[in-house]
Amino acid sequence: MIKLNITKKLHGANGAMQLALNIDIKEGEFVALSGKSGSGKTTLLRILAGLEDAQGEISVADKIWLHADKSLPPQEREIGFVFQEYALFGNMTIEQNLLYVTKDTKLANHLLEITELKEMKKRYPHTLSGGQKQRVSICRALMKRPKILLLDEPLSALDSAMRTKLQNELLTLHKEFQTTTIMVSHDPSEIYRLTSRVLVLDSGKIINDAKPTDILLKRQGSQKFTFQGELLEIKKVDVIFVAVVAIGQQLVEIALSNSEATSLQIGQKVILSTKAFAPTLS
Amino acid sequence: MSFEPFILSFKLALLTSLILFCITLPLAWYLSQTHSRIKPFIEALTTLPIILPPSVLGFYILWALSYSSPVGAFFEDTLGVKLLFSFKGLVVASCFYSLPFMVQPLQNGFESLNKNMLEASYIAGKSRLTTLFRVALPNMKSALITAVIITLAHTVGEFGVVLMIGGNIPGETKVASVAIYEMVEIMDYSAAHIYSAVMLGISFAVLLSVYIFNARQSRRFGL
Repeated sequence: MIKLNITKKLHGANGAMQLALNIDIKEGEFVALSGKSGSGKTTLLRILAGLEDAQGEISVADKIWLHADKSLPPQEREIGFVFQEYALFGNMTIEQNLLYVTKDTKLANHLLEITELKEMKKRYPHTLSGGQKQRVSICRALMKRPKILLLDEPLSALDSAMRTKLQNELLTLHKEFQTTTIMVSHDPSEIYRLTSRVLVLDSGKIINDAKPTDILLKRQGSQKFTFQGELLEIKKVDVIFVAVVAIGQQLVEIALSNSEATSLQIGQKVILSTKAFAPTLS
Repeated sequence: MSFEPFILSFKLALLTSLILFCITLPLAWYLSQTHSRIKPFIEALTTLPIILPPSVLGFYILWALSYSSPVGAFFEDTLGVKLLFSFKGLVVASCFYSLPFMVQPLQNGFESLNKNMLEASYIAGKSRLTTLFRVALPNMKSALITAVIITLAHTVGEFGVVLMIGGNIPGETKVASVAIYEMVEIMDYSAAHIYSAVMLGISFAVLLSVYIFNARQSRRFGL
């Protein structure tokens, strides 16, 4: 059980703001941390890791990590941290990167096997692709058998095929090690597949705390299905208006009424939904 | 023609670089990691020898090492070491003179390291000292080489301070640069030519090898 009740003054891109969080996280939970950039997600991870100071209290499994003027240094907190930009030790081979943390060859080999890196364990980080580097980084973070695994947008720099592959590996690892995991992510499918709870941050406060389905499946009323998208353009075609909406990687055209065309604005986030027909998926 | 001045020059340079490396490594690490308010003062202080005329630096060191200053008196009375016009005094003076050339490349090297990489080492449970020796230093080899070689070269090339502190005692303080000055003074131009050419050749070879090493490093590690 992680209990966290902290405050910290931040000087972000949008001026000064107060980070004020009060969160309980159960053991073994996989939590997603979502929200606009500059909302304090990375700072929260760094405070948990002991890399930044804050006022308040943090206790993990009845052990106090932060209280009043006492703060446990990162060395003594049982955490694993996966940085967005990998942060591997460039002077060591993959295997050495892992063994630097703990001299547990068995665990290192096991982790490298799960992540399909065993063949290249004698190679140096600079010879690896982004996806491979991030897998090494995840393995390295697990070498200490941490109580908490912190992932700071670990997959955002990777292409979608590699992302899916690593999501599977993260799932496998989470099932096996049962490590309480907190992951910063913006990707709805990633949040849905991996996590059991989503915390949405805005300007240093939690504005939403719920199951991924409750937050991601935005259904209001009796719609059959809905998509969230961004309105790119409104064209006038003969007598009607046609809107171009980006939904994920795909663009769709939708006919609009006169009143809709005047009330909507380009660049706006829109919800596309339908009620009255049976769609077919093929 | 005697090679004694050259040997003396390189002995001085080697000793100075070795001592400076040991002293400034913790200092440069501290400067790269701290946000303290005294950081600019220390940085300004360590950079002073670059802009001060050697005569000013030489004058202060001359005074500090002489018997009339507490430092000089302490060395002479307690340790029985006379620093002025001796090789030991030259080493002390060179350490001040070449200080910025060791501190700055080291500090730049530390500052250019990926901060997250150092943090990953702390999170792995490693102390600052372990992180320094096993992660920081091995990942800044070209900064290390640059610092040591430039300090070596700069110490070999020093003239004004050496002349003021050491004078011109053969086998003790007569280093290559001073020897060349003396040859020009007594109008022995052919010897001056040879000595100068040797200095030029060595200096160029040293710098060339540094640049070749750094280019190889960056190709190997894609830095």
